[in-house]
Amino acid sequence: MAAPAAPAPVISARDLRVQYGDREVLHGLTFEIVHGETMVVIGGSGSGKSTLLRTLVGLEKPSSGEVRIKGVDIAKASAREMDVIRKKIGLAFQGGALIGSLPVGENIALPLLEHTTLKPTTIEVMVRIKLEQVGLTGFENYSPAQLSGGMRKRAAFARAMAMDPEILFFDEPSAGLDPITAAGIDDLILELKKAYSMTMVVVTHELASAFLIADRIILLDRGNIVAMGPAQEVRDSTHPRVRQFLDRVADTAQDDDVDHMRMYTEGIK
Amino acid sequence: MQFVAEVGAATERSVAYVGGLAQLFGKSLRLLFLSPLKGSRLAQRAVHQAMAVGVGALPIVSLITFFVGVIIALQGAYQLQRLGAMQLVASLVSISITRELGPLITAIVVIGRSGSAFAAEIGTMRVTEELDALETMALDPVAFLVVPKFLAMAVMMPCLAIWSDFMGVLGGCLFGVVSGNFTFGSYVIATRDALVARDIATGIVKALVFGLVITAVGCQEGFSTGAGAEEVGRSTTSAVVNSILLVILIDLVFTTLFYLARGSA
Repeated sequence: MAAPAAPAPVISARDLRVQYGDREVLHGLTFEIVHGETMVVIGGSGSGKSTLLRTLVGLEKPSSGEVRIKGVDIAKASAREMDVIRKKIGLAFQGGALIGSLPVGENIALPLLEHTTLKPTTIEVMVRIKLEQVGLTGFENYSPAQLSGGMRKRAAFARAMAMDPEILFFDEPSAGLDPITAAGIDDLILELKKAYSMTMVVVTHELASAFLIADRIILLDRGNIVAMGPAQEVRDSTHPRVRQFLDRVADTAQDDDVDHMRMYTEGIK
Repeated sequence: MQFVAEVGAATERSVAYVGGLAQLFGKSLRLLFLSPLKGSRLAQRAVHQAMAVGVGALPIVSLITFFVGVIIALQGAYQLQRLGAMQLVASLVSISITRELGPLITAIVVIGRSGSAFAAEIGTMRVTEELDALETMALDPVAFLVVPKFLAMAVMMPCLAIWSDFMGVLGGCLFGVVSGNFTFGSYVIATRDALVARDIATGIVKALVFGLVITAVGCQEGFSTGAGAEEVGRSTTSAVVNSILLVILIDLVFTTLFYLARGSA
């Protein structure tokens, strides 16, 4: 008898490299994310974590290596195949990225209107439910500009969830928020995880939030994975680079890489 | 050698730029006919754009072309009265307005109002990641943003051109009645006799092409915006500058063609 097969990964990256012009930002990352798992990618500014997220959703093309989402190599997928994948994923952008010309309700209704044949009344109900989930009941007719930063983020979550995606991506969900709102966002992510067993990829530099929501953690440093594993394992790691990041120790050597310096100042802020 | 290489590189860039515009137009055309269902919301967005681009421009286009009509009449009269041919003012105004200045002035006003707005709108959406958001929702930004703009411009530019023809002639008429030997009625008759359908048609064809070029340049500049608010300003500036340059160039080509084809009129 064959041993029970390990669950097929929902997302897998193999020797993933990405470069902007001549500058390589990600230097060959290999990892897998399985169904229902919350993977948190931590790392400082300039570590390449946002680039990683953009590559996973197909906004950036890998220069070599491959990314597979549900088995489809997204670098080689046709526009049509890509659309099929994109309907199964949701991405909540750091700044919300709500369409400024549409009210909040229409922002959330947009993917439903364009991709489904649901009746407008059904869509209206769905929008109300999504807004309720993120605690924005009654904000349908507000323009995104009228919302606070935290509310915009939550509205973006609602939009990312509109199509009931199988995979949710979050870009810096708690960056720039006060501790109370940030904690509210963490709770929201935990709730989603419990209620829908969604696969989630969260990019953040907030350590407390990372350890709270993560099943597994990837620590990125200058485009390389320095640690990957269950949250507890990463927390107890003795790897000097990991310890330095987790214990918030500044680099002693003068480093001319500005981004790299900023990585440490941001952790302290 | 350096100089030759620079000229070569600049030429290549210009050709690539125009190629990019054609590509954007081609893609929009394809999406317009191939995009599945959802026609009603496309129409809704196009009407929304048409209101902003066309109806919103009416007051300023009216005012400017009216004044241009008066100016042409004044300048014309200055020359014509020496020949004792003041009665030709009406035909001078009507022909130069319908064939040339109506569409051109309209295009320049529309560049200032809408071409720049297209670049700023799409550029800002680039900076705030709204374009990326559309893409991750499997919505093509070209289908969502550009196609309605092309539709609106293709309809509204000819309409605005016809309206500007009317206002320009009215401006000429004001001069004709106030200081020429015309009555309102005789000026209208003189204008009608001077114009052939072809004069108006050439203006409308020009206006249509101008509209498509303005849209393509504005949108392309918006899409090519880099990171940061400063870049949005840069895109808006180049949208206006490049649109004016291209509109004048195309006008030159069209006018030359119409001039060469005059024999068959």
